[in-house]
Amino acid sequence: MVDLSSNFLGISSPNPFWLASAPPTDKETNVVRAFEAGWGGVVWKTLGEDPNIVNVNGPRYGAIYSADRTLMGLNNIELITDRPLQTNLDEIARVKKDWPDRAMVVSLMVPCEESNWKNIVKKVEDTGADGLELNFGCPHGMSERGMGAAVGQVPEYIQMVTAWCKQYSSLPVIVKLTPNITDIRMPARAANAGGADAVSLINTISSIISVNLDTMSPEPSIDGWGSHGGYCGPAVKPIAMNMVAEIARDPETANLPISGIGGITTWRDAAEFMTLGAQNVQVCTAAMTYGFKIIDELTTGLANWMESAGYNKLDDFVGKATPNVKDWQNLNLNYIAKAKIDQDACISCGRCHVVCEDTSHQAITSTVNGERRFEVIDEECVGCNLCVSVCPVDNCITMEQQTSGVDARTGKPINPNYENWTTHPNNPASAG
Amino acid sequence: MGSGLIQKLSTDLHQPLSKHEALVESDRCYFCHDAPCVTACPTGIDIPLFIRQISTDNPLGSAKTIFDENIFGGMCARVCPTETLCEQVCVRNTAEERPVKIGELQRYSTDQMMNTGKQPYTKAAPTNKHVAVVGAGPAGLSCAHRLALHGHTVTVFDALPKAGGLNEYGIAAYKTVDNFAQREADYILSIGGIEVKHEQRLGDAFTLESLKADFDAVFVGIGLGDVNDAGLNADQYKNVENAVDFIARLRQSQNPADVSVGRRVIVIGGGMTAIDAAVQSKMLGAEDVSVIYRRAQSQMNASTYEQELAQTNGVLLKTQLQPKSLIAESGLVTGVEFEYTEVQNNGLVGTGETITVACDSVLMAIGQTLSEQAQQSELELANGRIQVDEEQRSSDAKVWAGGDCASNFEDLTVAAVQSGKLAAESIHRALSNKSA
Ligand SMILES: Cc1cc2nc3c(=O)[nH]c(=O)nc-3n(C[C@H](O)[C@H](O)[C@H](O)COP(=O)(O)OP(=O)(O)OC[C@H]3O[C@@H](n4cnc5c(N)ncnc54)[C@H](O)[C@@H]3O)c2cc1C
Ligand SMILES: Cc1cc2nc3c(=O)[nH]c(=O)nc-3n(C[C@H](O)[C@H](O)[C@H](O)COP(=O)(O)O)c2cc1C
Ligand code: SF4
Ligand code: SF4
Ligand code: SF4
Repeated sequence: MVDLSSNFLGISSPNPFWLASAPPTDKETNVVRAFEAGWGGVVWKTLGEDPNIVNVNGPRYGAIYSADRTLMGLNNIELITDRPLQTNLDEIARVKKDWPDRAMVVSLMVPCEESNWKNIVKKVEDTGADGLELNFGCPHGMSERGMGAAVGQVPEYIQMVTAWCKQYSSLPVIVKLTPNITDIRMPARAANAGGADAVSLINTISSIISVNLDTMSPEPSIDGWGSHGGYCGPAVKPIAMNMVAEIARDPETANLPISGIGGITTWRDAAEFMTLGAQNVQVCTAAMTYGFKIIDELTTGLANWMESAGYNKLDDFVGKATPNVKDWQNLNLNYIAKAKIDQDACISCGRCHVVCEDTSHQAITSTVNGERRFEVIDEECVGCNLCVSVCPVDNCITMEQQTSGVDARTGKPINPNYENWTTHPNNPASAG
Repeated sequence: MGSGLIQKLSTDLHQPLSKHEALVESDRCYFCHDAPCVTACPTGIDIPLFIRQISTDNPLGSAKTIFDENIFGGMCARVCPTETLCEQVCVRNTAEERPVKIGELQRYSTDQMMNTGKQPYTKAAPTNKHVAVVGAGPAGLSCAHRLALHGHTVTVFDALPKAGGLNEYGIAAYKTVDNFAQREADYILSIGGIEVKHEQRLGDAFTLESLKADFDAVFVGIGLGDVNDAGLNADQYKNVENAVDFIARLRQSQNPADVSVGRRVIVIGGGMTAIDAAVQSKMLGAEDVSVIYRRAQSQMNASTYEQELAQTNGVLLKTQLQPKSLIAESGLVTGVEFEYTEVQNNGLVGTGETITVACDSVLMAIGQTLSEQAQQSELELANGRIQVDEEQRSSDAKVWAGGDCASNFEDLTVAAVQSGKLAAESIHRALSNKSA
């Protein structure tokens, strides 16, 4: 039996799946339902100071779909909790007491003054919660008031607020980062310098999800007007994973624990984040799309994969892919791969041919001896992987490494030695 | 008993797709390159394009893509044996034995366009050429519509009081409910420039010679007017009827319940007509309906899907039996004597063993032929049909022919539409003095 239990900054939970700070963690009812369903922990919906903020009273979500209405991306214009501070604190204390084995982290966002932060971290500590998450990420509504992403975009503020929280609280401090920034390493380094115990990322991405072509209003529409919102869900996963990897392989932050967030929908998504360096993961949109029951798929899927791959505990694979993430210039230019089509699996849709013909290297036939047939022409194939990306049949086209002989395209013999751009003769800055 | 069944006659075989269903189904299409489904469609509709237009919520653009190649796209969506045409070769049939529902998607967009009452076309400037079209079936109207688009004036002559040919008089009721055949004919004719003269029969009111004298070109699309004779002297019995006449009677009746069939019905034949007659007999309330065919089931002209449709409607399929004689009592047939058959030296022979099947009525569905009168015209024939080339030109330089009466293509609505379209393009080239 594999062990899914997680220990993040000393906060233990039966599995590495936490619900991210968002509507699923907004109040006791939801969180209790989540714990009953089996979630390992929650980051409570971000608390602010009284008087509590208000939300719009109309639509706050918009979505993009695949044609069969599978939700691919979600956008929201919701703000932090719209309930009084004390109500939330009472519920947090009660739930933590009733569910001692689950992680209870509390997300916070207050104005950028030392006294405000000092005041609130104390109150949270009194609830018995396990940790703090500083919301420097919300891209809408709060940022215009000098909070959320407005702090997260200025590394000096991040460092300053983090240091206050560490000074006034004994709880672990997680800094939640905004992706609405050019280089994610800067805010992560600032959090590290401020003494953060961990970073979590990503929060949502600034976005306009759609425009209603009848009313000319952005969606979600409030009385004919819309506002930019925060984008999340399956579509943001690649952006989030890159940011996680950037921080994990940055020498300055390599030892800073990461909680991975952004588009995690299946066990595989979670496993990928964790191999890139996240010690646990947080989920929001997937729960908001399918309900809490997906936890059963997440836990069993991860356990089955670990079992088959021979990993007994989470630490066995956390960060295993990080060392393989490199800058482009370090990639081996002597590695030669070519596409190969499994003719038994091929259903002859012709998509590989037309995309290669129209937009790439004219390396796939459409007919062979007058018959409809799709074959790779090794003399033309540059191994770009476009055909694999568009083929509707899983594993029908594979990229095969060529380890000996001659590359039919260049006519050059395969060179078994590693060589990269830094020493390439075409590189003006090349040393070689 | 029959009333629930009778409703099936006026109930769509496939309920129209809702928008949601259409979006989900259209998403299954891979937008294939040089798509096999297009090659398999006799009219060559750009199927991946029209399906993609559905998935991007552009149903009217989708309908135009369909109508550009097939102005009877609405009827074809209902009656094409897609299981042997486009859907048979769909790559998702290869992938998971579940093709994209091309026919049902085609209906989704064409219905929407027809509901607007508008055609997405503007006619070319008048050419002052006048073309005669004989027959207002799918071949004739497809030809007339394309000619009108090119600016020619068209007069259509038809022997019957309604337009549509077998769409109106032959196709099974449950495939074309709500008077669809007439609505579609009206829609097609709304392009303008086409006059239809009803109850005008070639050979009676006018001749090929007179048409050639009065018009710049002539298209013949008269279908198959006669039926094959089984040599059973059936004419003398009023409870033996040609299946096509029975179906026409049913399609034209105000109240199907008045169309009588006996309790026990024998349908002789193995094609689409036999199946349609049997299924509709069943829906009219007949208890025992058998389709009796002289060869093996695998050799039936009706597709596997049609055969299954008959069987799920409770029709019995009996094979390797050829009719030998009718058994009659006081002027009514009470049974049919069949002889068992087998294949010997690649030929079908009787085994000598016989069986008598009792019945209250017999429907003959052993195939239609070109009317005798047309066979005697001066046009050259090939296999009993008017001989045409790949542009539908007959042996007479001023006469084109298409649909069931012509020698190329299968006997299908969609094939008739294609031949009418090809003929119109060829006539247009001839009248514009352009070479192909
Ligand atoms: C019972 C039955 C069911 C069928 N079901 C299907 C099906 O489900 N799917 C499918 O694809 N195909 C089906 N078919 C075949 C399809 O209906 C025909 O292939 C198609 O209608 C042929 O079109 P057409 O225009 O050539 O002839 P028709 O549809 O036969 O039209 C010929 C027209 O010419 C007129 N005409 C005839 N003689 C003269 C004359 N001397 N002077 C003036 N006018 C004349 C007729 O009144 C008629 O209007 C079915 C056929 C039958 C009989
Ligand atoms: C409706 C909504 C409200 C959110 N509110 C908060 C919030 O109050 N505090 C916070 O830190 N993140 C908030 N988030 C961001 C999520 O916690 C999470 O970082 C983001 O949605 C990416 O994860 P996902 O792709 O799994 O949804 C919110 C997200 C959504 C959809
Ligand atoms: S999800 Fe619930 S609260 Fe939101 S709009 Fe729908 S019904 Fe209302
Ligand atoms: S994309 Fe895949 S299935 Fe389609 S033709 Fe190419 S190899 Fe075959
Ligand atoms: S073959 Fe099937 S999947 Fe391919 S274009 Fe045609 S309908 Fe679409």
